[in-house]
Amino acid sequence: MSVLVYIEHVDGAFKKSALEAVSFAKAVGTLVNQPVYALSIGEVAQSELEKIGKYGAEKLITVNQAELKQFLNQAYASVIAEVAKSVEAETVVLSNSFSGKGMAPRIAAKLDAALADGAISLPRLSGTAWTIQKTAFSNKAIATEELTGSKRVIALTPNSFEPKEEPTSITIEPYQPSLSPDDLSTVIKDIVRATNQVSLPEAEIVVSAGRGMKGPENWAMVEELARVLGAATACSKPVSDAGWRPHAEHVGQTGLAVTPKLYIAIGISGAIQHLAGVSSSKTIVVINKDPEAPFFKVADYGIVGDAFDVVPQLIEAFKTYKNN
Amino acid sequence: MKILVCLSNVPDTTSKITFTDNNTRFNNTGVQYIINPYDEIALAKAVELAEGGKATVTVIHVGEADAEPTIRKALAVGADEAVRVNAFARDAWFVAHQIAAFAKSQQFDLILTGRESIDYNGVQVQGFLGELLAIPSVSIAKSLQVNGDEITVEREIEGGKEVLSVSLPVVIGTAEGVAEPKIPNMRGIMTARSKPLQVIDAIDVPVLSKIVHYDTPPSRGAVQLISKDDLAQLVNLLHTEAKVI
Repeated sequence: MSVLVYIEHVDGAFKKSALEAVSFAKAVGTLVNQPVYALSIGEVAQSELEKIGKYGAEKLITVNQAELKQFLNQAYASVIAEVAKSVEAETVVLSNSFSGKGMAPRIAAKLDAALADGAISLPRLSGTAWTIQKTAFSNKAIATEELTGSKRVIALTPNSFEPKEEPTSITIEPYQPSLSPDDLSTVIKDIVRATNQVSLPEAEIVVSAGRGMKGPENWAMVEELARVLGAATACSKPVSDAGWRPHAEHVGQTGLAVTPKLYIAIGISGAIQHLAGVSSSKTIVVINKDPEAPFFKVADYGIVGDAFDVVPQLIEAFKTYKNN
Repeated sequence: MKILVCLSNVPDTTSKITFTDNNTRFNNTGVQYIINPYDEIALAKAVELAEGGKATVTVIHVGEADAEPTIRKALAVGADEAVRVNAFARDAWFVAHQIAAFAKSQQFDLILTGRESIDYNGVQVQGFLGELLAIPSVSIAKSLQVNGDEITVEREIEGGKEVLSVSLPVVIGTAEGVAEPKIPNMRGIMTARSKPLQVIDAIDVPVLSKIVHYDTPPSRGAVQLISKDDLAQLVNLLHTEAKVI
């Protein structure tokens, strides 16, 4: 019996959320007294692979063949399920990233396992019953889910479990999966990734702006604030609907739900649908010229003032802080 | 082309979320239900693809009779026929099995779901369906284009997008960007009344998980207002008090 964790990489570098998943898997392994095996698919350098030992995995299984160089939903899900069977994994952990979301139900179905997606806490065990917490109703509630049966797949929400160093001596073991042509039927034509930007779903700091910015031409200061803080940029629904910013930046109930340490909202009034997507942020700062804006009611820190006045000064204040 | 659109019936986005029975069940008293906003995108795309008789659109909903206004609305938007699997939609695993059981006998070319439902926020049905029907699935599509037997999809990835092509049949979870939700017109509303709505029985599915309790997220204390002339104080508080920078 074991815990298997799938570790996602981007261009050969493991993602922070993947390291969170390894630490989470290690904590689960400790709970059930089972070893933790990590699985990497695709091309990753040896030095990067060795990093995984720092987070408590005993063995790293690597699958690296030409057909699997790029992420393919069905093929990766098949490989993960096959490896899970071969190491008799009772628990499979992966990150609830965009790719993880696509694979998790397929892996669970292949293994006849219960699926806990969007998990935000370590499971609790009482006998054979596992319970785990996840967000529901677009962050307006936390649901405790009971997972029955002998197997489960847990997709962990990014930024909800701190990676912890727990060095073990790790062995790296290549594995050759059996792939069916059906698994390889999808063809990836192009990948466009902005390399100089912080990825929004995983960002620790998010700088978000709304209609208070008056127009897309005024976003330079939002981007500058994000750059100074190493943050991702986001926006409210009216802004993406108006085409001022891409849909991918829309956070809220019908957009992306984010869980950063710090969420800075500029010129966003705080409609209930927007709050749903951001209320799990650890700390919320609201900048709005309307003291009655509903967003202030759920903020930790508030500044009543015009964005065009406050944001440039805030950039200077953060720069001063960073320089000291 | 035969298209199946899977519809979830969810509380309106402005609903106050509360629980009953000792916090074990969602309190739907006074709650207005709507088509899940992402499913509306799926439906709009399906109707668009069917324009000029190029495809037929079937909508399926797993739920009880009180969801019929939602189903009729989908017919009013332009779906040709509807199916309701008469059962409480216990979870995504259950729902996916019901849809798969129906879809198996029908040979759909394209199955669309919303990327997720806004109540339980799983991104599960599309993947389960793909696996149960042994066809490809794409979880979060930002755009899709059908060219003959092939479909080109832009999928959201962290910090960008991926363009992929896949052969039909396929299951796709749609997100913003795929289509603009459609509002039914008067003619649509009138014709929806006479379109077929078939009610079928559910199949048995083993229980693998169950929500046993709900909590509302901890509330934050009162906001600390900081003068716009003293932003250094904010920076200081974020560092020393909130410890987030």
